[in-house]
Amino acid sequence: MIRNSSPIDRLIDLMARLPGLGPRSARRAVLHLIRKRAHLLTPLAEAMTEVAQTARECLNCGNVGTSDICPICTDEARANGLLCVVEEVADLWAMERSGTFKGRYHVLGGTLSALDNVGPEDLRIPQLLRRIGAENVTEVILALNATIDGQTTAHYIADQLEPQGIALSSLAQGVPIGGELDYLDDGTITAALNARKRL
Amino acid sequence: MDWRDTGILLSTKKHGETSLILDVFTPGHGRHAGVLRGGTSRKLAPHLQPGAQLDLAWRARLEDHIGSYTAEPQRSRAAAALGDRVALAGLNAVTALLAFCLPEREPHPALYQRSEVLLDLLDRPDLWPLAYLQWELALLDEMGFGLDLTSCAVTGATEGLAFVSPKTGRAVTSIAAGDWADRLLPLPPILLGQGEAEDTEILDALATTGFFMENRLAPDLRDKPLPAARSALITRLRARAAG
Repeated sequence: MIRNSSPIDRLIDLMARLPGLGPRSARRAVLHLIRKRAHLLTPLAEAMTEVAQTARECLNCGNVGTSDICPICTDEARANGLLCVVEEVADLWAMERSGTFKGRYHVLGGTLSALDNVGPEDLRIPQLLRRIGAENVTEVILALNATIDGQTTAHYIADQLEPQGIALSSLAQGVPIGGELDYLDDGTITAALNARKRL
Repeated sequence: MDWRDTGILLSTKKHGETSLILDVFTPGHGRHAGVLRGGTSRKLAPHLQPGAQLDLAWRARLEDHIGSYTAEPQRSRAAAALGDRVALAGLNAVTALLAFCLPEREPHPALYQRSEVLLDLLDRPDLWPLAYLQWELALLDEMGFGLDLTSCAVTGATEGLAFVSPKTGRAVTSIAAGDWADRLLPLPPILLGQGEAEDTEILDALATTGFFMENRLAPDLRDKPLPAARSALITRLRARAAG
């Protein structure tokens, strides 16, 4: 029987709050960590302590890093006039994994939502508008999710930026690489057909 | 307890890591919430955008429980709306107003039918604004604040109707209005089914229906402001009318 007060129980309780883990899988993970104390548990604890002390939000773009201004924002090679707007840090990291985009990012921190009372001031939209002028941005890529809230936010930002005469673009929508038509929803097929290109 | 019905998805809310709470509008059971297990999965999530038409089966041990849904997508309306600013604002306004106005588990089959037809017109930007105006009139009517525009509240005349009483929602002729005209709301001909369905005419009519939504319907519900999605739609229509 597990007691509730031991450090191990506290660790299990905390691990169980992580996404994808429940009490049972947290117990298994903790047991695994204890067995691999030298190779896993100690380095993990050290890494977590370090991240807890140093992780912060980039004051410029909203990315998460270990300094006030993240490496992407300080990289002069990325000051090429392209600014990619994403909803969350996870989306920025996904874009970076592709290795294709060489400009800078702006993380909104969510989407506008009438039902949840999320307005422009609750997101990093005012900061985005300030950056456009300050960083000589020539094109804004709205890489927001293809959801109702994502596109509502994209249209709102487009409304704000259009008077400034900046080029605006959004990500294409359609068939994913390796996707089979039979498994696609009708909305995606419609979008793909509308955005078809000549071979 | 269980039932099966079709429904329009109004909103979703995350419930735990993998489940969603669906808020749907059905013809037979009204606005009805329920848990959809696995709703955040890659297979289901793209179909669960507001406005989607779903085939729903609801099950609960007791009737007053929230219960759980199994949902099969019938058709998506997001694709028709995502690329068009007015259509997207319209979809947001319709789903937000339905979620705002409708009491839970109270059937409104006539309003449901109108809502379904309206949402199916999203890809017709020429027809949609007029259909939306008629839908707002139906929504007010269904909620007990319907406008009576058949005859003058003072004289009973059916010709020359030019105003709407902000108190009763009844039409008034310009002769009967007299000195009170500046205290009455304008009655654009489009509300009487007359004239061209220009965006400017529709905007005038929406200002009148908006008055009753804001000053009669909203205070009667939770005394909360109308969903911002409606004013966003008005802004879009105004921008379109301005060219």
